[in-house]
Amino acid sequence: MPYDATQEARRQIEICNACRYCEGYCSVFPAITRKRVFTDGDITQLANLCHNCRGCYYACQYIEPHEFDLNIPAVLAEVRTLSWEKFVWPGVFARLFQRNGTIVMLMMVVAFGALFAMRASDDSGRFYDVMSHNVMVAIFAPLFVLPLMTVFIGLRQYWQHIEGAPVRMSHMLRAAGMAAHMKDLSGGQGQGCNFEIGDRYSNARKWAHHAVMYGFFLCFAATAVATLMHYVLDMPAPYGWTSLPKLLGVPGGVLLTTGAAAMAFLKTRAERNLGAHNTWGGEMAFILLLLIVAATGLVLAVAAGTAWVPVLLALHLGAVLTFFVLSPYTKMVHGFFRLAALVRDAQTKDHKE
Amino acid sequence: MTSIETLSTVNWDVAVVGGGNAALCAAMTAAEAGARVVILEGAPKPYRGGNSRHTRNFRCMHKDPLGPLTDSYGEDEYFDDLMLVTKGKTDENLARLAIRTSEACLPWMERHGVRFQASLSGTLSLSRTNAFFLGGGKALVNAYYNTAEDLGISVVYKAQVKHVGVNGGTFESLEVEVAGHPCTVQAKAVVLASGGFQSNVDWLADAWGPAARNFLIRGTPYNKGVVLKDMQDQGAKTVGDPTQCHAVAIDGRAPKFDGGIVTRLDCVPFSIVVNNAAERFYDEGEDVWPKRYAIWGRLVANQPEQVAYAIIDAKSLELFMPSVFPPVKADTIEELAENLGLPPGRLRETVDAFNTSCRDGAFFPTELDGLATEGITPAKTNWARPISEPPFYGYSLRTGVTFTYLGLKVDETARVTGPEGRYENIWAAGEIMAGSILGQGYLAGFGMTIGTVFGRISGEEAARHAV
Ligand SMILES: Cc1cc2nc3c(=O)[nH]c(=O)nc-3n(C[C@H](O)[C@H](O)[C@H](O)COP(=O)(O)OP(=O)(O)OC[C@H]3O[C@@H](n4cnc5c(N)ncnc54)[C@H](O)[C@@H]3O)c2cc1C
Ligand code: SF4
Ligand code: SF4
Repeated sequence: MPYDATQEARRQIEICNACRYCEGYCSVFPAITRKRVFTDGDITQLANLCHNCRGCYYACQYIEPHEFDLNIPAVLAEVRTLSWEKFVWPGVFARLFQRNGTIVMLMMVVAFGALFAMRASDDSGRFYDVMSHNVMVAIFAPLFVLPLMTVFIGLRQYWQHIEGAPVRMSHMLRAAGMAAHMKDLSGGQGQGCNFEIGDRYSNARKWAHHAVMYGFFLCFAATAVATLMHYVLDMPAPYGWTSLPKLLGVPGGVLLTTGAAAMAFLKTRAERNLGAHNTWGGEMAFILLLLIVAATGLVLAVAAGTAWVPVLLALHLGAVLTFFVLSPYTKMVHGFFRLAALVRDAQTKDHKE
Repeated sequence: MTSIETLSTVNWDVAVVGGGNAALCAAMTAAEAGARVVILEGAPKPYRGGNSRHTRNFRCMHKDPLGPLTDSYGEDEYFDDLMLVTKGKTDENLARLAIRTSEACLPWMERHGVRFQASLSGTLSLSRTNAFFLGGGKALVNAYYNTAEDLGISVVYKAQVKHVGVNGGTFESLEVEVAGHPCTVQAKAVVLASGGFQSNVDWLADAWGPAARNFLIRGTPYNKGVVLKDMQDQGAKTVGDPTQCHAVAIDGRAPKFDGGIVTRLDCVPFSIVVNNAAERFYDEGEDVWPKRYAIWGRLVANQPEQVAYAIIDAKSLELFMPSVFPPVKADTIEELAENLGLPPGRLRETVDAFNTSCRDGAFFPTELDGLATEGITPAKTNWARPISEPPFYGYSLRTGVTFTYLGLKVDETARVTGPEGRYENIWAAGEIMAGSILGQGYLAGFGMTIGTVFGRISGEEAARHAV
């Protein structure tokens, strides 16, 4: 029989369901104990619920060389990645970027950078002299909206596959609460995960992820506010250091930069065979892309008015554009699917209670 | 990791033989008392921690709610529970010492990195008496190895102790094979914590007869009783009966060694159990499963080829914890018999006879419901419902050995007794001396209590001697 990740995950999960020792680590194991028979949809849901904290690997008495050969974090990571490739159209893109992201993304950054650099006809050092704001929006708006639509269509397919019920506000709130605290990356008691220092617990990854997530939200808010100011209030950029876009964007950029750098560092420390084995490069490229987006944004703010602006802007916008366009096909989608899985988990808990 | 060179040149204060719960508790306690300690673990690193890595909880006395434990569980109740299962074969003095000390163990364990959690789903009945380890015994073992490392304890894996050198009542050195290379380890004191002999199939067969070769061993393949035997040969006093072992009925498809907790099968009370001639041989509904699962190991061991088959129908499938492997399934009894390798005609007759002996009445899966058969031997005295609703399911059952009872004789300071009284500097903890406390039967969670209590005592005493 050819290797089938879903079937392999099922084999392992059935062993866990007879064991249950890991029940205290995360949401995955309580969800397992609520079932006896696991459909493909159930396995996909469990996979997207898993945060790859690795607690259940180090605590398992059945890891290799035991013949049961359990490696729940790895097999769930594999199923998870496959599910994104399956649900987000077109899957061939996801396979391409998730699995060998580094080269492709570097090429994209360079290409876009070059493209924008060519548009820069003068070197006055002011933002919208380099590229008119309208041109920028005309390029970015569809490239932002289209990928987002792709992701949402993918999410709908996911929801059908796992047989999700109509969503209620209470489910959304519960899921958001879990995500906001990264509850499932905390080892169940706040002691942390087992990512970068083997069987010792550490919260480093949780804090790094928090920095990325909240940094990202702040940067996003800064961009949104700036857009409103520009179009609705007729207050064009550049904005001063005490303006709202800067007050949001600068801390956001700092958080995102340090968080992404920390994530990349931790990733080099973690054991590779406890994640999806063929997406390490793609995931690393995604983190570096985030890092470039945030770092160039920050530098750009500092460099305003200097001759560096055209090239920096080109680099920044190139990275941002790459980030948006590829978002359905990179690790970025995990956020959407994770949230969906948490919503579904809140539903099934409700159902059981 | 400590090299063979260091291992054999250092004169250690305390050498600890074994790398499970008892060994680790002894090593950490000795190191905290200032001793230079080495742990000699016979298994390679992935298998470190012996049977302790298969555990999930320990039984803990407490006057008030404590950690994950609800309500209270006093010394006398604990002791009575123990007397009940051991039918009085208990050393009261040592048992009460273990029970009393267990209360202080919980916070001590937390200080050394163990995390506790509420009792697992399906084990609510233990939430008052047993404290569950977050992530189970392997997580506990990992936490202890990390703490040991932080305390500067040296750990050597694949270090099989072959011989304990004793001269006139005093321990002198250990003969060890590290990954096959022989070496001698000098220490001022030694703690023996290398478990029982349950994975030594030859020894089991000596004690039990050839039937034991068909037993499955639920835990580590590394507990072969080499040190126990060596001490016995040198005249150390032992207690307990070598023919006694804790054996339960487990999934017949489990691996020979190390199948652990997942291979247990909880379906017996809702089934009929037949041997390979498709004949029933014992009351499947005698009592609730937690109280009966330990006798089924012996019952199955006494059947031809040490195998039995539990048969249920569709209405019972979801009444017990899921099994590690899916059951064998068929639409007719005859087909199920074929799939299980049983004589189909005979199984049909057994099922028919059983079904006609069932009577109407209320069925309560979680309590003794008195729904008994009439006019059949052996009777099924509870939960007797006809096996009639397809599909039908079957599990093979085999005897799974958890641990052996024969152990070294120790006193209340965990010091081992030799031919001429107590040895000068040899202590023992855990399964290797558990026979000193209980001679038969078993109380869930008491193994880890014994290991923790006597591990700590032996570590303290050994360090006091050495430092
Ligand atoms: C499946 C299963 C579940 C269990 N669940 C529980 C439970 O929930 N609660 C409970 O209290 N008890 C439980 N028990 C019993 C419990 O495992 C034991 O009582 C306890 O682990 C004994 O601890 P120990 O340190 O004495 O032995 P072990 O943990 O078995 O350690 C013995 C160590 O000695 C090493 N060793 C052996 N021979 C040598 C040698 N010659 N040289 C060097 N090293 C050697 C082994 O490699 C091993 O590391 C369970 C047992 C099994 C099999
Ligand atoms: S990962 Fe291992 S220890 Fe954890 S529940 Fe599964 S089988 Fe049990
Ligand atoms: S890796 Fe962590 S989050 Fe994933 S199933 Fe295991 S314990 Fe849960």
